[in-house]
Amino acid sequence: MIEVVSSSRCISCGQCVSVCPTRVFDESPSGMPVIARQDDCQTCFMCELYCPVDALYVSPHDHPVNVPGELELAQSGLLGSYREQVGWGRGRSPGAANDKSYLMFRAMQKTPGH
Amino acid sequence: MKSREALGGYLADRGWMRRVLDQTYANMNDLAVSGYPFPIDDEGQSYRRSLQGPEYMKLMRKRVKKAGVRILDHSPALELLVDAHGVGGASGIRSATGETWTVKAGAVILASGGCAFLSKALGCNVLTGDGYLLAAEAGASLSGMEFSNAYAISPVFSTVTKTAFYTWATFYYEDGTVIEGAGSQKGRSVIARTLQTQPVYARLDRTTEEMRRWMRAAQPNFFLSFDRQGIDPFTQLFPVTMRLEGTVRGTGGIHLIDESCATGVPGLYAAGDAATRQFICGGFTGGGSHNAAWAMSTGYWAGEAAAAYAVSLGSRRNERELTGAGVEASVSALVSTGEIQERIAAVKREVEPFDINLFRTETTLAQSLGRLHSLWRNVRNAAAMNAADAVKLREVQAMTATARWMYSSALARRETRGMHKRLDYPGTDASQHYRLLTGGLDEVWVKPESGVLSSVEVRQS
Repeated sequence: MIEVVSSSRCISCGQCVSVCPTRVFDESPSGMPVIARQDDCQTCFMCELYCPVDALYVSPHDHPVNVPGELELAQSGLLGSYREQVGWGRGRSPGAANDKSYLMFRAMQKTPGH
Repeated sequence: MKSREALGGYLADRGWMRRVLDQTYANMNDLAVSGYPFPIDDEGQSYRRSLQGPEYMKLMRKRVKKAGVRILDHSPALELLVDAHGVGGASGIRSATGETWTVKAGAVILASGGCAFLSKALGCNVLTGDGYLLAAEAGASLSGMEFSNAYAISPVFSTVTKTAFYTWATFYYEDGTVIEGAGSQKGRSVIARTLQTQPVYARLDRTTEEMRRWMRAAQPNFFLSFDRQGIDPFTQLFPVTMRLEGTVRGTGGIHLIDESCATGVPGLYAAGDAATRQFICGGFTGGGSHNAAWAMSTGYWAGEAAAAYAVSLGSRRNERELTGAGVEASVSALVSTGEIQERIAAVKREVEPFDINLFRTETTLAQSLGRLHSLWRNVRNAAAMNAADAVKLREVQAMTATARWMYSSALARRETRGMHKRLDYPGTDASQHYRLLTGGLDEVWVKPESGVLSSVEVRQS
């Protein structure tokens, strides 16, 4: 579930508000997104992927949990880690161009039961 | 095609399978032209057999916008607009403001996905069967709704339901001993049975060092949850569960009467997981590449046919007197947010348990169906107090209706075929080798697709 919106990183671009499929965020008067309906979060990680400044953290759990603070998340490399792996963001190239699924399908064909 | 036919209980059709393969091949090449960044394989070829979701979605949205389409985000459709000649539009609500929207159109395509009953399987909570209810209200049929009990393996601490890599997993009891017979494709029932009494653990230990290197590049989001939990899935045991994916990775959906993806109601078409996938999958899961190929093929055909139909209406389409096709019941009770949540929980109690939905029997299905019928009577006449609740109430109505079509079909199929497992009829019965159609709102009906195959007709209310 979405757990963290970093006020120090957020640039109030509104991307997370509009990209969330289940409308978890509201835009506050200042333009900052607020987690208005956390229960509706389906943990799909799309907000994190679209955030241009890595200001969001989605925990993998389907229910609220205690997560480390922003500083610790940043130091452990978890803030923005999905975006980095998918290759989105300035100066990166799409991870899809390095998709190794063909090796997976090849291995599956050799595995009994497939 | 041959290997999949047996898994699906011989309900698929080779003509449809071939057409989907051909259309998918053409569409994938078209995506390359449009700029999808396909990888180059180890033989130096552009490899065009797989897509990564976020990248694909971003590209398609860009193409749709470039074509001049106005997209209404966060604006679910609540009913279709109809007249004596068929469907001519839809109306719904803008969630953020509560305003209603109405679109009059020559034709409507339902591409609202299947129904996973808010189980939080990855990306599935927007799939609540709304399109099925819209179609049924307009008089369309559904088919294959007995093939609606797909459950995906996922870590307990995660919503990620990508199951391909579990091909190379071993499943364990808590004490570290191997669960005999447990597996991702053939042994999922063994995992379900074990989960009923105790936790199940997995480890991707049937992988080589080389495989571990490319797995991350093949499916980055599979590893996201593990990284965030600090678990190495190749060397450490992790607890798994099974999340209901209903008809999303099942194969049931809106019935199509021909290759144009027509539903039988003039002006109404269906595509993707909203439509039945029995034609290419039979009764065995459409999960993964089959559903993806089906989505891009039927989307293409439905779009083409809907456009041709709209053009054929000519100037008549501007003169139509349209009204809502919704259940239009007299409102008997206003329901609060909390009451809607209770009803969501009530539907989930009927569809999530393995003992009702996965391991099916006459008794448990009939009892559950009885409870679902009374829930339907309760929710069909209810009204919400605000826009956000109106959307949730509509989802409960759609999920309840979906569950009733599922279990009515499951009761009518007195055999085991594809993913539909009846403990009381463990064998496949050659005399039931037909597809089942279902539909109806207050009164649910089920009948074989072709009258000549069988005269059995089951009515339940």
